Amino acid sequence: MRHSETLRLRPPRHRVERRAIAWWTVQSSLIPVPTMLVVGTLYLLIPPARFVFGWILLAVALPGIAYMAVMPLWRYRVHRWETTDQAVYTATGWLWQKWRVAPLSRIQTVDTVRGPLEQLFGLSGIKVTTASASGDLKIRGIDHRQALDVVEHLTRATQATPGDAT
Amino acid sequence: MSAGTADGTAAAGEIGADDWQRLSPRLIPVHLSWLLAPVVTGAGTLLGTGGKVNLQALLTLGSFTIAFAIVAGVNLMRFLTTGYRITDQRLELRSGLLFRSLRSIPLDRIRSADITARPLHRLFGLASVDIGAAAHGGASKLSLDGVTRAQAAALRQDLLNRRAALLADPSAATAPDEHAPIAELHRSWLRYAPLTIWGVGGLFAVLGISYRTLHEMQIDPLELGVVQHLVDAFTSVPLWLGIPALLLTVAALGTLGAIGLYIEGWSGFRLEREDGAILRVRRGLFIHRSVSIEERRLRGVEVIEPMLLRWGGGARLHAVASGLGSAEENRTRGALMPPAPRAEILRVAAEVLGEQDSPTTLAALRPHPRAALRRRINRGLLVVLLSAAVLAVPAIWLPGGWRTGFLTAAGITATVLLPAVCLLAVDAYRTLGHGLSGRYLVARAGTFAHRTVALQREGVIGLTVSRSLFQRRSGLLTLAATTAAGSGSYKVRDVATADGLAFAEEAVPGLLTPFLERNN
Repeated sequence: MRHSETLRLRPPRHRVERRAIAWWTVQSSLIPVPTMLVVGTLYLLIPPARFVFGWILLAVALPGIAYMAVMPLWRYRVHRWETTDQAVYTATGWLWQKWRVAPLSRIQTVDTVRGPLEQLFGLSGIKVTTASASGDLKIRGIDHRQALDVVEHLTRATQATPGDAT
Repeated sequence: MSAGTADGTAAAGEIGADDWQRLSPRLIPVHLSWLLAPVVTGAGTLLGTGGKVNLQALLTLGSFTIAFAIVAGVNLMRFLTTGYRITDQRLELRSGLLFRSLRSIPLDRIRSADITARPLHRLFGLASVDIGAAAHGGASKLSLDGVTRAQAAALRQDLLNRRAALLADPSAATAPDEHAPIAELHRSWLRYAPLTIWGVGGLFAVLGISYRTLHEMQIDPLELGVVQHLVDAFTSVPLWLGIPALLLTVAALGTLGAIGLYIEGWSGFRLEREDGAILRVRRGLFIHRSVSIEERRLRGVEVIEPMLLRWGGGARLHAVASGLGSAEENRTRGALMPPAPRAEILRVAAEVLGEQDSPTTLAALRPHPRAALRRRINRGLLVVLLSAAVLAVPAIWLPGGWRTGFLTAAGITATVLLPAVCLLAVDAYRTLGHGLSGRYLVARAGTFAHRTVALQREGVIGLTVSRSLFQRRSGLLTLAATTAAGSGSYKVRDVATADGLAFAEEAVPGLLTPFLERNN
């Protein structure tokens, strides 16, 4: 490196809940598992067409299972979040990773998002919108109670800043 | 329908009393003109088919008529029930017969008042005023469709004056007077029109629409005498003559189309700075457009140089401003200049931003690491590989003669594309650059179109660092500055990790600081 000291981003302080791994696994199985079941049943029921269904089963199962095995653990290693008195800081993704920072003074709305699967695992998500059209900051897979605390902290900090956050 | 109109009149009667203003009655003939369309197509069908109208054509025409009658009716109703007024604090608009609505916008929230006049409106001296306002968590738009032009100009001036007065900026609230424009259309710029690719695309669009319309009218366009004649002419000459002739014709018509579009879009173009720190763009031949952008909403500019235009020494200029609307509206309403000479674009960019020189011309744009070049070459190679594979893979299942043909085609494609993608990759790499110029963050990138954006550093409302698997392996990152203006985020692509973070720290001091680590 040309620099005598190299800069790097430190990961945000908090990991998401361990339960998020299970949530992501279930979520990633929603399409491959039923497909495998259907193709597998057809494979068993129609012996003359086994040649075709065998290959289809393989083509669905291999990437599907690999995705289910790799993605949730990898995501768990990456997904982190942190709120300070100045900013929200998140890290998300697995193959493509994103680190996002938004100052509290520029936040417009703070929502909680809970899908049915997240509710099942007692998890919750937070969506932070800014005036930018390029998307929201999302913290997914944290404990429901903790999420409520974070939302309250952010909402209070946001109300305290004047202006329309542009 | 008639009962509805009667109710509408009654409702309109109760509006009129106070200071509510109405849309112009000249709208009535404008709306009734919708009924002309079915009449004309009906007559056209009769003529085209020689009076033998079959059931399907009749049904098509019937549904056509009903649809247009409904549109005309709805529009008339809207005319009868719409009213607006400006109070000290707010602009109020009421409308609707069944669903009465009263919309009220605080004047200090109003960001723009654009005047548009479509051809039909202009025939009757009308215009519409589109009012853009900041709303909760976004922008909302309110349209007064069909006031007289005098009314429109007065309304616009009134809105801007009152708003300026509210914002307590005494210099802003003055009478409208003439200013020296920042830029006006120059006839010689027309030479850039053919360098925009819209001509050829527009040509195909026109052909497609004509075909569909004729087809709907039960006329097969391929059997028309003119078309038959053209097809005969094409097939009677040898291919080596026919294909270049066809291409030339398409290119010539495309060029004509592009020139036509340029003239339609940019006739009477005038960019000026009005009192109250408002940039106003006026343009258009048939459709008059007037877009006002408040300078305090302006966050920067983007200089765009599409390949053809760049080769011709031209460029385009876009405003990066908040409150222009959706991405599509940002594209159309954000245009500050037509395709014009690069030097002129840069002069206007500097003047619009109130700087000595355009920040986009900053000579000291920092280059990106070689790994960025490798990524671009790899992407190009992938394109070559995929295009060759599309031809080569089917060859596996083809019989001998065809197989060699396909494989040769794949080989030729690869040899032709390979140098092209390498040139493009090197050009794209050389284009990459980032730097700071006073108040502005400058970033440049692009393969076919080079885009240089200058974004006010105070306008940055967040940062995103993204890294793909490959970027992580080559120590690169893409830094995106998010902003409330324009497309929402502007990227510095493929910069070395440490350099990118140092640049972010320099551009927006303090935002990343708590999250950075230094290893010696």
